[in-house]
Amino acid sequence: MTTKILLSGFGGQGILFAGKQLAGFAMHSDYQVTWLPSYGPEMRGGAANCSVIISDREIGAPQVSFPDVLIALNLPSFDKFEPKVTPGGLLIADSTLIPKATERTDIRAAYIPATGLASENGLDGLANVIMLGKLLKERAIFDFDKFCNYMANSIPASRASLIEKNQKALSIGYNYK
Amino acid sequence: MVVFEKPKSLSPVPFHYCPGCTHGIVHRLVAEAIDKLEIEGSTIGIAPVGCSVFAYNYFECDMIQAAHGRAPAVATGLKRTRPDSVVFTYQGDGDLAAIGTAETVHAATRGENITIIFINNAIYGMTGGQMAPTTLPGQITTTSPYGRDRKIQGNPIRICEMLSTLDGAAYVERVSVDSPKNIMRAKRSIEKAFRTQLDKKGFSLVEVLSTCPTNWGMSPVESLEWLRTNMIPYYPLGVFKDTTEE
Amino acid sequence: MSTKVLMKGNEAIAEAAIKSGCRYFFGYPITPQTEISEHLAKRMPKVGGLCLQAESEVAAINMVMGAAAGGSRVMTSSSSPGISLKSEGLSYIVGCDLPCVIVNVQRGGPGLGGIQPAQSDYYQATKAGGHGDMRIVVLAPASVQEMAALTAEAFDIADLYRTPVMILADGALGQMMEPVDFSVSSPRSLPEKDWAAKGHGGKRKKNIINSLYMDPADLERSVHRRFARYADIKDKETRFEEVMTEDADIVIVAYGITSRICKSALNMARSKGIKAGLVRPITLSPFPDAPLKKAAESAKHFLVAELNMGQMVDDVKIAIDCQRPVTFFGRTGGMMPSPEDILEKIEDIVKSL
Repeated sequence: MTTKILLSGFGGQGILFAGKQLAGFAMHSDYQVTWLPSYGPEMRGGAANCSVIISDREIGAPQVSFPDVLIALNLPSFDKFEPKVTPGGLLIADSTLIPKATERTDIRAAYIPATGLASENGLDGLANVIMLGKLLKERAIFDFDKFCNYMANSIPASRASLIEKNQKALSIGYNYK
Repeated sequence: MVVFEKPKSLSPVPFHYCPGCTHGIVHRLVAEAIDKLEIEGSTIGIAPVGCSVFAYNYFECDMIQAAHGRAPAVATGLKRTRPDSVVFTYQGDGDLAAIGTAETVHAATRGENITIIFINNAIYGMTGGQMAPTTLPGQITTTSPYGRDRKIQGNPIRICEMLSTLDGAAYVERVSVDSPKNIMRAKRSIEKAFRTQLDKKGFSLVEVLSTCPTNWGMSPVESLEWLRTNMIPYYPLGVFKDTTEE
Repeated sequence: MSTKVLMKGNEAIAEAAIKSGCRYFFGYPITPQTEISEHLAKRMPKVGGLCLQAESEVAAINMVMGAAAGGSRVMTSSSSPGISLKSEGLSYIVGCDLPCVIVNVQRGGPGLGGIQPAQSDYYQATKAGGHGDMRIVVLAPASVQEMAALTAEAFDIADLYRTPVMILADGALGQMMEPVDFSVSSPRSLPEKDWAAKGHGGKRKKNIINSLYMDPADLERSVHRRFARYADIKDKETRFEEVMTEDADIVIVAYGITSRICKSALNMARSKGIKAGLVRPITLSPFPDAPLKKAAESAKHFLVAELNMGQMVDDVKIAIDCQRPVTFFGRTGGMMPSPEDILEKIEDIVKSL
């Protein structure tokens, strides 16, 4: 079983961080995993995306051209990658920043106003984690509680104040109806 | 009673230098300093590219031969990994002040605890008398056959003056080997440069104004006189930086 | 709980260097390898080592030469344009028979090129690292785990044969994260560095580290000695991976990140009933001729895939004595093919068989 995930948005939205959390938890759960970022000037404000592949077998190509799961945090990402989601795949879009829906009928789509929810809840900058929460809900790749614990443990003690916020963001995404 | 003998750290082999060349004198001064400070066993010398490329054959300490101009970088790598050793480079003007300027300046400004012996004879010797970065205005060389024209070939570079502006340089002096008196002063200066390193005070450089009778087209005696009347006025002798007492 | 850590390839190289006893690093910042010096700048002071940022790539490689001449394990890293600057120093290091490790996390070229992954320094690494008759050992990792493992190997090979060893990676491998297990290692027993210039202490004759020979007969002898050592390295250190080559009609030859893409394509081809296999050179220099020669006995066609314009093709043709047709597929300038691109090429070849 192999899951190819593409996270995409603007630099500064925590795209790479969210991907790293997924990859880290996958490793922690004894899966094979690769995390491949777009790098260079993109990291400083332009488009940012990262490919995460989680598998129980050796992983070949680390780049995700056709995602099984697309997590889109802005409109350009939606426009660019929505057509590439594999049939039967999943699209999760931040509806605060993406004012449209897919017309495809061969994929499943979930819309969540992650950026809006983040700012309503005093969680600015954590739309990425809200999106992860939604992913956990939509695709049972990972157990929510275990992921929550992993996330808490992966944040260094010096930044302990962030643990609670991240966990809150994760639950908001997970419980969004 | 022994009146004259070869310094112990100078190898018992004949130099390849031209008659009247002052490299031999400076080699001897370096070896005398090594002997006096009893550091031959812990010293590593770095030879340049240029006339003194064979310096690795002339000193009894361990030696490394570096690429053209890179001796200060090689010295940095060696000294940083062997901080208890004594590391010196021996470089000419083309090596140090042209192709190796960046390595020289940065070793100095980092304050690398190494010693550089810089031979300035205002000409490229090994390749047969081409213009050096330190060739004087008006001086004739094979690549400045009408005399160095500042408008065409640009100006000479004064290394001691430049390096003395850097915080990392601890001891910078220009000396000359044109007379017994100046040779004695050069001897003291080279010894002090090594002491600066032994005391872990930082970067030390001694520039030695030297002659090249062959490529200057003069007799050894004329060369010494030419050095005195032409080079010393342009490259004044003296201590340009000394923070060793601080 | 696994002992694995999730790391970027660049960080894995840096950490593996420390775990291999390397305590000195000299470098200059350049994308996409800067994480190596950033990681070492943090870690070296904690293990009593030194990470020094040099004024130039030229100075950095010469600092490596000084440290290696003094007998220390030492490393530098750069990316393509920076490696060009190091080639002078590399030639001197070879001429002086000094061991060290040089990392090239390749980006597109020529010139300033780009910063995206490429393999377009294959020629430079395997054929033209510097002036003079010279070779270096070139290792091409294909995963973050291998970035670590081959770094450890590189130090041992360097010390054992007194040669520089290059880790030839690319921007994708440098920037991607995968789990790494550092506990896997098998250090070799290595000779003492009695040739080093570290001060004779009055206990031995002086050592001279030198690449200058005025007598051409001496220089020729020194080159012959070195090439005899290269032959020894070819015998003992050549490495490769073979995947499903036994029954393969089409054998793909690819290294580094491209071999990963080819593995995906290979699986897709097999599921379509195409008998494809893969030979992955791990040492690019020495080049693994033997598995290719063997594969050529039964395979009908070879496909070389690289992130360049076909720099490994000649080596493959030589290895198989031009007994089989060799097709090339590559992207360059920082572009990466997808597994589907490779599969398409395989299917084209199948039609021609």
